[in-house]
Amino acid sequence: MLNNLSSPHEYPGKLFVVEGIDGSGKTTQLALLAKWLSAAGLRVFVTEWNSSALVKAATKMGKRKNSLTPTTFSLLHATDFADRQLYNIVPPLKAGMIVLADRYAYTAFARDVARGVDRAWVRDLYSFAVRPDLALYFRVPIDVSLDRLMARRVKLKFYEAGLDMGWSQNAQESFRLFQGKVLDEYDRLVDEFGLSVVDASLSITDQQQTVRNLVSRQLERPTLEAVNQ
Amino acid sequence: MAEPKTEHKEPTAADFGANGHIQPGRYYGHGLPYLPLDQYPGKIIAIEGTDGVGRSTQIQLLREWLEVQGYGVVETGWTRSALMQPTIELAKSSNTLNKLTFVLLYATDFADRLEKEIIPALKAGFVVLSDRYIFSALARAGVRGVDRAWLRSLYGFAIAPHLVFYLKIDVDTLIRRVLSARGMDFWESGMDLKGGDDIYDSFRSYQNKLLREYGSMSEEFGFRVLDARRPVDVLQEDLRRQVQAFLANSDISVEGTEPAELSPR
Repeated sequence: MLNNLSSPHEYPGKLFVVEGIDGSGKTTQLALLAKWLSAAGLRVFVTEWNSSALVKAATKMGKRKNSLTPTTFSLLHATDFADRQLYNIVPPLKAGMIVLADRYAYTAFARDVARGVDRAWVRDLYSFAVRPDLALYFRVPIDVSLDRLMARRVKLKFYEAGLDMGWSQNAQESFRLFQGKVLDEYDRLVDEFGLSVVDASLSITDQQQTVRNLVSRQLERPTLEAVNQ
Repeated sequence: MAEPKTEHKEPTAADFGANGHIQPGRYYGHGLPYLPLDQYPGKIIAIEGTDGVGRSTQIQLLREWLEVQGYGVVETGWTRSALMQPTIELAKSSNTLNKLTFVLLYATDFADRLEKEIIPALKAGFVVLSDRYIFSALARAGVRGVDRAWLRSLYGFAIAPHLVFYLKIDVDTLIRRVLSARGMDFWESGMDLKGGDDIYDSFRSYQNKLLREYGSMSEEFGFRVLDARRPVDVLQEDLRRQVQAFLANSDISVEGTEPAELSPR
């Protein structure tokens, strides 16, 4: 079996990832981190979960028809990830850049297992993934994330709320049930993969301070030299 | 950082296939926990073999014969899923795939067909004729150097067919057959492996490697090997004899049922 995800990579660049349920504020934190790193003169490349052109049409069609199963949902995201690792993650790492990933394989470990796929199977599936130098997990109670989402959106998305599981017809109720399971899975991952937990119910500035402290510890001289060349 | 712990032992090729662990009609590996398999009455019969060996002709004839006897038949084949077909076609023509994305697209296609076509058909008591199963995917990926244990874990959600027929052919016969039928194609010639510009040389070398991969899986997965160099009808007769013997002893057998009289008016 491949063991990339369990052994450190040897690229000159650095890979930092943010994880957390919808509404945890991770994307906001990632954007602030990117600003800070860029302002310091580092070259930053951001890559988002489920953003490759390769499977966009299939994912969109599957979601529109609500025809994705837990397994095809999982495999489509793995294909998307493999494509982005090939084009968007490894090349910048080889070039000594800083890659910031908004969600990573851990999202699949949490979500896909909450949908019912086998825990060991999905870990094997992503064993080709480059191991991040730092994985930040923004832990937040469901009520807080739901409040944040409701404050800026009218309607919860079908898959985000886990409505495909058929546990509840009510979107908010379904969101609570589904994301509750996702949170349980994330909690397992903290120890299993050494995720750094950030309390995502704190203020944005407090969280960002924590994030920057954790990141700066990873940016020792070798990276800075590689980047400044 | 803490060392990642896994709560399962590492699956190996041996766990997946060899040593008689295969149970027809059951998942090969981890399976789909949300879809436990009961004793479904349907049967999966897979016809495997390389490109141009004559699989579709044999399946067409077999289907006809089964239906005349009264068996319900459902066909399934690679890249035919509604979900993935357009994406796979596009990706093949745009040449942006690497070996991993290639494997994963095909696995997604297979998963979609497994859950939407194969499992429902098994529940309903159909004979599922599969034009290729997972073995062509394993062979192609194996030739391209994808980790074998990873591949077997990936396809751990596949159901072991009740019968796998491997249509075996040698590369010289295959070349003559393919050239007189439709010519050599980019992917079937392994041109993506960039072994050179000559399609004939590439086809020969690629198909040789593929045939070796199929050969090495033969024991692992319990293939029934059929000599595909024989004429179509001779091969078909062999196939029918083995299928008949299998179905006769199964719970969906039509044997012993009184055939209805058809009296022409």
